[in-house]
Amino acid sequence: MRGMLRKIPEQIRRLSIVIAIIIVGVVTARYVILPSSLTDRRFHRESTAQREVAKNIVFAGATICGNCHGDQAGKKKDGFHKNVSCETCHGPAQAHIENPSTKPTAARGRDFCVFCHAYDPSRPTGFPQINPVLHNPIKACITCHNPHDPVPRETPRECSACHAQIASIKTVSPHALIGCTSCHSVPVKHKVTPRSVRPTKPETREFCGKCHGKESDRKDAPKIDLASHGERFLCWECHYPHRPERM
Amino acid sequence: MNQELVQRLSELQQEVTGFIYPNEVEIHWSILIVVYPYITGLVAGAFILASLVQVFNVKEVQPTYRLALLTALAFLLIAPLPLQFHLGHPERAFEIFLTPQLGSAMAMFGFVYLWYLMAVLLLEIWFEYRKDMILWSKGEKGPMKWIYRGLSLFSSDISEGAVAFDKKAIKVITVIGIPSAFILHGYVGFIFGSVKANPWWSSVLIPIVFLMSAIVSGIALVIFLYMVITPLRGERIDMRCLDKITSYLFYAVIVDFTLEALDFIHRLYESEESIKILSKLVTGKLFVSLWVIQILLGMIIPLAIMVAVKSLKFDEELRRLLYFTSVILIQLGIFATRWNVVIGGQLFSKSFRGLTTYKMEVAGIEGLFTAIGLLILPFIVLTILLKILPAWETAEVKEGAAS
Amino acid sequence: MNRRKFLKNAVLFVSAAGVFRHLLKDAAAKPTAGGYDPANHLYGMGIDIDKCIGCGLCIEACKKENNVPKEPFFCRTWVERYVIKRDGSVTVESIEAQKGKPRADEPDILRSFFVPKLCNQCANPPCVQVCPVGATFATEDGVVLVDSKRCIGCRYCIQACPYGARYLHPETRTADKCTFCYHRIVKGLLPACVEVCPTQARIFGDLKSMASRLVRFTRVNKIHVLKPHLNTEPKVYYADMDGEVR
Repeated sequence: MRGMLRKIPEQIRRLSIVIAIIIVGVVTARYVILPSSLTDRRFHRESTAQREVAKNIVFAGATICGNCHGDQAGKKKDGFHKNVSCETCHGPAQAHIENPSTKPTAARGRDFCVFCHAYDPSRPTGFPQINPVLHNPIKACITCHNPHDPVPRETPRECSACHAQIASIKTVSPHALIGCTSCHSVPVKHKVTPRSVRPTKPETREFCGKCHGKESDRKDAPKIDLASHGERFLCWECHYPHRPERM
Repeated sequence: MNQELVQRLSELQQEVTGFIYPNEVEIHWSILIVVYPYITGLVAGAFILASLVQVFNVKEVQPTYRLALLTALAFLLIAPLPLQFHLGHPERAFEIFLTPQLGSAMAMFGFVYLWYLMAVLLLEIWFEYRKDMILWSKGEKGPMKWIYRGLSLFSSDISEGAVAFDKKAIKVITVIGIPSAFILHGYVGFIFGSVKANPWWSSVLIPIVFLMSAIVSGIALVIFLYMVITPLRGERIDMRCLDKITSYLFYAVIVDFTLEALDFIHRLYESEESIKILSKLVTGKLFVSLWVIQILLGMIIPLAIMVAVKSLKFDEELRRLLYFTSVILIQLGIFATRWNVVIGGQLFSKSFRGLTTYKMEVAGIEGLFTAIGLLILPFIVLTILLKILPAWETAEVKEGAAS
Repeated sequence: MNRRKFLKNAVLFVSAAGVFRHLLKDAAAKPTAGGYDPANHLYGMGIDIDKCIGCGLCIEACKKENNVPKEPFFCRTWVERYVIKRDGSVTVESIEAQKGKPRADEPDILRSFFVPKLCNQCANPPCVQVCPVGATFATEDGVVLVDSKRCIGCRYCIQACPYGARYLHPETRTADKCTFCYHRIVKGLLPACVEVCPTQARIFGDLKSMASRLVRFTRVNKIHVLKPHLNTEPKVYYADMDGEVR
């Protein structure tokens, strides 16, 4: 054994001592000295989850407001805003639940309702929109619309109240002077509960042919031969009726 | 909320073109992350040059052998600094050693770095200098004597057998060291190349291209240092050595150029979805740094120079001038390569619909001054190393005590 | 002889002790206090693009609930507005700045809609894969969290996220992102953004539950996820998502 050791070159012996010291030092430090709170992954994950869960709640939730504010909740339950939660308009309310003298906000001017209801052509069709500059300027929105049951003061005469983008397109089209109801038959219920019953679309080629067929006497409408033009497809499958020959 | 940060980000927001995700307005990996692969590239490249002597027995390159090793060490010691300065929490950097997440290439940094530093570089330098350190310690007095004795681990055997063993050990270490150097710099390439979210980075070729440009820059650096230090020492430049190293540089630049051209052609040909925004990036924001600096100045002109030198017969002085110009251009080019990869990859949005901008701070911990400082620091370290472990004088020739 | 035997026994003893200690640690793992067992839940979110009106209240609510910096450069969730025109051009913008102002009509719009975006809480998250210290991880109930006490701020996860969902929090200097309001959902509440959405464009649910709005959502709609080719297995499911959405 001693003979074998002596055969190892002197520099290797010295190196090995240094390397051994380093390795032993590292292993001792890592596995013996350091506490598991620094090295245990499961501990870190659990403590992270606990820290997350302990964070403050700021929004209280949709149902809890009704426990004290039954009137407003009851009013809202069946109206157009039934799925808009209280905190959407009144802001976070957890602080108010913990200390009822801290009141949440209430928008009483014209600057909040427009976040949803100002006209934007990207909003889905059927969503009620107004032009805030022209629509009853200066008056606060809540003057005419109760936010908890926002029925408009009068049933809108124009479809543009909810279909503003389509109306806006049609205004600059050859069909500008044709009313929406000329082509779409609108059940009365549609204005009250829009999603329960939809207007119709023309179902025959002859419908458009009333103005655009060869036999029609409508002078300003371009004429085509219904028998041959466009095979058997419905007219609006190619021509966009809200702005024909342009889109 | 830090007002200065908000101000800076608002300015950046003004310069955004097209659409970027809101969180993308700030470039996160700044110039420090450009400096880091540049530095480790120099380490890998210098080491590969040194290995030419040991493993491939290219005797002409011997005069630069020790210089290459010390250069690699000097740059390796500075390499972790840009990373430390960049971290949001540098005081937690030790966690990479304690709880590395083994699926992450970045977690390998600590271990690869330590392995390369201790098991390859320090060991090889130790074996190379051991005999000389023992002799120097005998010739010195005062603190230097003890420094040498300590560095040599109080070893004292300088018999022929021991020295022969040293040489064999160096060979073994170099053979291990070459793949280690590849991993040291290759993993940085892999850090970028494995990010599938970023089409500018995500490529099989990136680790290879990083490695080849590292070899190019490392060799160029050693040439530069050799050409600067030798006259300062009052010695003549060994032209046979210089010509040989520059040959290797030439081959390396050709391979590097080919790989980068291949990546480019391949991208254009496949024409994937990201090609539109990447074309905008390359012809707009990266025009100067890519076409002018990386390609024209950094590769084409040095290649032309080296081809000219190989085919025409220039005299020594002209060759030296041309080599010196080439290596400086190459360094600029490789730094621009790192810039184009790191910064370029963050300038376009992952929505492929817009571009943001990088406003480099001048002062500040991730600013231009810090970057320049970190690039100068290795040269200072190298000077100190060369004073303690001279690269050209063997122990018999060294005279006098160091100050 | 004796020395050899001693060494052998020592090695056996140390390895046995190590295994024993490891087993003890495993035995100690229990569900968190209060009866909530993460193993029984798997959270996801559904987004109905045709319902989003781009009001931006979700962005504000998230910032209030989670202490996100108010500036528009740090978002846990945001909403994109797409305008696709007849000539094929696609314009996208983030809607933060436009709130409340009426928008002018643009000519030749083919399709236009809003797309809410947030962290997709991927089941195969690239951000978790690249974190060097394991500071970000996926919980058993399917939420990807960031341990802000261990994050070193290297920002690799921000680079690796294909959706731009992560940002560096300017005060803690650690990575931050949407957590599905983890502190709310484990108590049976909804995330803040879902809570305030006036049109129910965001649907939150538990994929493991027997009665879940999210499960129904994935039954009656054709579902898309963002960037499926990257195989991140996102758990935010989009209905009626247009092909131009990135």
